[in-house]
Amino acid sequence: MHATSMHFKSRAAEKLADGDLRAALDGLKRRFVPARAAAIAELDDFEAVREAAAEIRDRALEHLDFFLEAFERNCTARGAVVHWAETWADVNAIVVAIARDNGVRKAVKSKSMVSEECALNAALEAAGIAVVETDLGEYILQLGHEPPSHIIAPVIHKTRDQVSDLFAAKHASPRKTDIGELTREARERLRPHFLSADMGITGANFIVAETGSTLIVTNEGNGRMATTLPRVHVAITGIEKVVPTLEDVATLLRLLPRSATGQSISNYVSLTTGIRDAAELDGPEQFHVVLLDGGRSRILASEVRAILRCIRCGACMNHCPVYQSVGGHAYGWVYPGPMGSVLTPSYLGLENALDLPHAATLCNQCGVVCPVKIPLPGLLRKLREQQYERGLRPWHERMALAGWARLAAHPRLYALATSLAAKLLCWLGGHERRIARLPFGRGWSGGRDMPAPAGKTFRALYGKQD
Amino acid sequence: MSSARDRILASVRAALGRSGAPPQAQQGALAAYIAAHSSGPCPGADWDLLARFQSRALLLSSTLDDAETMAGVPAAVARYLAAQGLLPQAVVSPELARLDWQGAGIHAEARRAQAHDLVGITGSYCAIAETGTLVMVSGASAPPSNSLLPETHIAIVHAARIVRCMEDAFALLRAEQPRWPRSVNFVSGPSRTADIEQTIVLGAHGPYRVHVIVARAGSLAAEADSSQCHARARQRS
Ligand code: SF4
Repeated sequence: MHATSMHFKSRAAEKLADGDLRAALDGLKRRFVPARAAAIAELDDFEAVREAAAEIRDRALEHLDFFLEAFERNCTARGAVVHWAETWADVNAIVVAIARDNGVRKAVKSKSMVSEECALNAALEAAGIAVVETDLGEYILQLGHEPPSHIIAPVIHKTRDQVSDLFAAKHASPRKTDIGELTREARERLRPHFLSADMGITGANFIVAETGSTLIVTNEGNGRMATTLPRVHVAITGIEKVVPTLEDVATLLRLLPRSATGQSISNYVSLTTGIRDAAELDGPEQFHVVLLDGGRSRILASEVRAILRCIRCGACMNHCPVYQSVGGHAYGWVYPGPMGSVLTPSYLGLENALDLPHAATLCNQCGVVCPVKIPLPGLLRKLREQQYERGLRPWHERMALAGWARLAAHPRLYALATSLAAKLLCWLGGHERRIARLPFGRGWSGGRDMPAPAGKTFRALYGKQD
Repeated sequence: MSSARDRILASVRAALGRSGAPPQAQQGALAAYIAAHSSGPCPGADWDLLARFQSRALLLSSTLDDAETMAGVPAAVARYLAAQGLLPQAVVSPELARLDWQGAGIHAEARRAQAHDLVGITGSYCAIAETGTLVMVSGASAPPSNSLLPETHIAIVHAARIVRCMEDAFALLRAEQPRWPRSVNFVSGPSRTADIEQTIVLGAHGPYRVHVIVARAGSLAAEADSSQCHARARQRS
């Protein structure tokens, strides 16, 4: 996917002014946040499951080569083919080659964020292979030529009215406004594609070392269609998705749907192993698994390795005050929200996503909800440090930080300066106790007021105590 | 020239501070970890499995009925179809071919489901109390299409095959299946989507309705064994 992550600031400002978007994003706070809280409360001991889940992911990463080789061995033993791709372009080349070798004219796709990384659809279309997105959200995006704005609710940025207009225009059918009718219309459009496609393309939420299986989690049933009906099934996924055992998968599945949508389990958890037996009446004749590195081994070696534990639940973005305000498109690449602010600079280069490590308040809502205990604010801070060390921050910011460092090294001077600043800000706050325009922080106060401080510094108040 | 596979594994190993595979002893420990199949924290040591399964299935928007024995299943199906205003006509998974559908007034065809089939009747390998989930295992007499293509899916669950959690279903599969099945589908209620304005709509691509009939006595495995040859004979192919 084409990245525009360098323009986070300007795009965020644009998105803040979009009333439709703000209304659409309201669903996060209204639905996802309370649903997750209720689903988590249902577990006897959430923290214990979370601890176990983080350990499982760490174990897999610490011995990634071992578990990948085990996966490959068990997967090929069942007649599947495992492909290794170093880059996004390699993934596209592999999938196009499989399609060509098998005379594939049409592929149906179930949602895959890895395929968004690769811009696989464009590559297939360029090779003359039709590709149909079948997840309702992804289908809407394909019709409107838009990228997803959320990893599990890809059209969260759209209102029902916008979908109504889009369907009426693209389907040349009477405009429907009922969400049930819109869904039915999409179902009727997509069913013939499932029945006639030669190839099904899916991602994988996990791949299982012990059995050589791939696993996908869906609610709509499109993932089941794509793995059952077409004669060729291709699963594309990142090398970090491997999990040692099915028991490990069961533990992770206690958290994934709960954290994502507040469901105790997704409608369909589909575990696929190898190709159909001679005696079976359905199932693919060929099964290909494409394992993508695409920067993952580099992240494994980096300070932000913990981000590879991610199980793509979306909880961190659902709970992020920044994401809740600006939505996913502002982040400018496949992965938005806190996890995206770590992943995007790690994949694309720190210098190509300068604002993202700063697109967070470090309030740690994300860290608290992450089911695999990824310390997201800590990782963002690491990336900020790296930016500073590599001289990637703008000169005025570096000057300010250097000045502050010097000041902080002189306690008396620091006390004087901060007490003056506290008084000044208190005075600026006036009756309202709010500052509408900060003298040196227009960017900060452009979108909101700053609450005025009490007029005394913490140190002064603390000093008065006995 | 090295392959992409070798290069990826080499950079993974470099990231992990090694130049080759883990040392023998460690490989042994990792293989032992896999073989141990140890579970994480599982709930429900004190559940009444049937009651838990039923209450969770209802929460998933499945509907429920029961039958004393397998022989009573066709009558229960007929009841449901009539109540829904559906024609007494269905595709049944070959594993259920032997039941007396005709006796209950149902025109049943034992084969793989096609696009036009409105009602699909299947067995289930086992079911999970924790979440109210059906476990559908593919095989010659249990094609996955039958629980997927029709708008209405009716599934038969044996009370004795309701297990506590997903881990127990995996253990059962390992104990009973000589070879890991090609597809294991955990089905939890009718298909749904909430992509438009986070509003839940049932019947996205899969069934609109999932009706679960719990057979209190008898075992589906026994039924299936004796019906294998019938099923094969009746398949269209
Ligand atoms: S970082 Fe954590 S919370 Fe965010 S998507 Fe990944 S697993 Fe979920």
